[in-house]
Amino acid sequence: MKKALLALLAALMAFAFVSCGGKEEAAEVAKVKEPVEFRLNNGAEPESLDPHLIQGVPEHRIYEALFEGLIIYNYEDASPLPGVAESWEASNGGTTYTFKIRKGLVWTDGVKIDAHTVVDSWIRMLDPATGSNYAWFPNMFIKGAEAFNSGEAGADSVQIRAIDDMTFQMDLLGPLPYVIGALAHYSFGIVPMHAIEKYGNDWTKPENFVGNGPFILESWVPQDKITVVPNEKYWDAEAVKLDRVVYLPIEDQNTSHNMYLNGEIDWDTTAPQDQIEQIQFRDDYHATPQLGTYYYVFQNEKKPFDDPRVRKALSMGFNRKNLVEKITKAGQIPAYSMVPDMAGYPATSGNYEDINQAKKLLAEAGYPGGEGFPAFEILYNTSEGHKKIAEYIQSEWKNNLGVNVTLLNQEWATYLSTRNMGDFQVARAGWIGDYQDPNTFLDMFISGTPMNGGKYSNPKYDELISKAATMADGPERMSVLAQAEKIFIEEDMGVMPIYYYVTINMIDLNKWGGFSFNVLDTHPPKDIYLKK
Amino acid sequence: MTKYILKRFLGMIPTLLIITTVAFIIMRIAPGGPFDRERAIPPAVQANIEAKYHLDEPLIKQYFRYLGGIIRGDFGPSYKYKDQTVTDLISNSLPHSLLLGTLALMAATFFGVLAGIIAALNQNTWLDYTAMSIAVFGVSVPAFVIGPVLMLIFAMKLKILPTSGWITGPDGWKTVLMPLIALSMSYFASIARLSRSSVLEVIRSDYVRTAKAKGLSPTMIILKHVLKGAMLPVVSYLGIAYSGIITGSVVIEQIFRIPGLGRFFVQSSLNRDYTMIMGVIIVYSTVVILMNFLVDILYSFLDPRISYQ
Repeated sequence: MKKALLALLAALMAFAFVSCGGKEEAAEVAKVKEPVEFRLNNGAEPESLDPHLIQGVPEHRIYEALFEGLIIYNYEDASPLPGVAESWEASNGGTTYTFKIRKGLVWTDGVKIDAHTVVDSWIRMLDPATGSNYAWFPNMFIKGAEAFNSGEAGADSVQIRAIDDMTFQMDLLGPLPYVIGALAHYSFGIVPMHAIEKYGNDWTKPENFVGNGPFILESWVPQDKITVVPNEKYWDAEAVKLDRVVYLPIEDQNTSHNMYLNGEIDWDTTAPQDQIEQIQFRDDYHATPQLGTYYYVFQNEKKPFDDPRVRKALSMGFNRKNLVEKITKAGQIPAYSMVPDMAGYPATSGNYEDINQAKKLLAEAGYPGGEGFPAFEILYNTSEGHKKIAEYIQSEWKNNLGVNVTLLNQEWATYLSTRNMGDFQVARAGWIGDYQDPNTFLDMFISGTPMNGGKYSNPKYDELISKAATMADGPERMSVLAQAEKIFIEEDMGVMPIYYYVTINMIDLNKWGGFSFNVLDTHPPKDIYLKK
Repeated sequence: MTKYILKRFLGMIPTLLIITTVAFIIMRIAPGGPFDRERAIPPAVQANIEAKYHLDEPLIKQYFRYLGGIIRGDFGPSYKYKDQTVTDLISNSLPHSLLLGTLALMAATFFGVLAGIIAALNQNTWLDYTAMSIAVFGVSVPAFVIGPVLMLIFAMKLKILPTSGWITGPDGWKTVLMPLIALSMSYFASIARLSRSSVLEVIRSDYVRTAKAKGLSPTMIILKHVLKGAMLPVVSYLGIAYSGIITGSVVIEQIFRIPGLGRFFVQSSLNRDYTMIMGVIIVYSTVVILMNFLVDILYSFLDPRISYQ
């Protein structure tokens, strides 16, 4: 009996051992096959997935997964890489570009992509009936685009063409050497006209969706999440390593930070402002200089701001270093010029803090010790961050220059309307460059342009910016742009730069590769992979 | 009664029409527009967009175009979320807000009435003080404080609940708990205080004394006599509370990532998403009117002295 029991026990143990081993093996297999999911806080619900109707950062992140234009961004430094275009060359002094379209490209539904697709897509972008917000961007480059977009001429006025099935050509308004980088922008996106014609406004719904990017839309639950999975028909499908990307529109910074800490998301595209001081010492906190400037606009036509001495005095009259170290705290860089640091561009030295010089200038303008200087307002859009900055500048101007300032906040849409109408004295503004060239920061201050709410106007400046637009790439063109900025900032102080933006990202780079930080804050999901 | 219900029902139409008209006017007086961005766009581009959405037409024509759309059940395209219509957005998000709001109000009512009765029956004892302290806490601490604190305790420290999200996956019910508590807290508090004071009032009334004199058991008295009378103020509060709880969930929806309608209540105005603003206003007005209507009918059942002709 005892023996029998022992034998049974031994048999049971052996069975248990064998089954254990089996389980481990199964676990091993599961581990190998486990799909890699990359989850991120996308900040907000995208306004649209249609490349020609979008205009923000959350939309850009999704665009990079679902679509590919002629050009794409290099994840390391946001420099241009061939996308749908395999190669290109410039002719006619840099005013004509000819692109070779990559062979064998298809949409996710198998329909062919060729040079005609590019032409049709861009015509749709510029068509007034599309009502694209970003139409002004292609209008800046393509010859005849503006005439078509404003309804003055037909589509045939747009100087783009398919020379043959695999060759696309465009004529530019000038040499515009930054055009190749700009083509990675979504407003130059290529769209599936056959799907748009078939489904109309519903073509971006997951069941109808057609794209040509490294990923394809899997699901879209509005306000909840968007998921994308690899597109097997993508020309470089082998390069795609993630099995799924999940975009979460998390609006509350504390919630997204908690989710990040709990491992519920892998990449947080922001961090709670009020915890920056503690968070910034973590290894996975990354603050990177961005191609963007935070500045104050002076109403150049209103007294006393019509006097450049007054504008200079105000700009010299406060300490930017203290501002970024004690108020904004996230690693922003004090700005003395409108254009942030850019390779090949000789930066303008600007007007540094100099309280004595500021007082002197103010006295020369007729306000010794701030006496008689009319009280004025700083306008900003309602936000705790903008308020703190305005309060700091207010106290500095009061203490250093004896100038009295009050603060006025308005909610976003009201503020934009007030600013665009020029109905302010000093207003906050910010600008993030669309492409890596000084021009993106300078051309908007040409006299009479819609963005120039401060009504800055100097014919010499206008002339230099227009001249640069006709010049080929090279140091000479850069020096003309720098001359223009010198007039705009150093001599005229048309606007008052305060700091250069930084982008904040939280991601564990020991875990994730193919992710780098660049001035455009662009991180194509095509390149991201899980480190072993 | 049927006549009354029909009359009230038809009365909703002019009320809604007035609300729609006033909202339309106020909205269009507000500075700024739905397509304004940091970069001011050239007038020609702006004109294209306005033409696409008929915003270039005279205001009166736009108004009638909109009304015509509503009659056909078409709330128009959203100017902000361009791939979706207002009808899509509302029908996707309203159920979440209704679910959360209904659950929260049910919890608040159940626990609120319970706490109120216990407090009233044990007036000036530790039970009363405890219940009322919780109520005072609930009234004074806003949801945007309770929410993150709950998240900190249950998701970050104890790690027994997910930080946020809304009913997805097998553990979906877990995501409901924190927003439910955060949202119902202040309603619980009001209902507890309301029912305590009305129970106190009713138990001193003559008909309760009669019931006692007849020799009914205390439980029977509470359930059959006190509760019915004491619920009148609570029921009238519930009407307002329900409309408040589904419109007032904006903060909770943001903190816990709930894809509800509450966020549109504020966001659409800030975005100047005209059609969405109108859609949200019409939906919420309808809910408010319907709730008031329902409360009035409930009244007549609770209090036989009230009758409607």
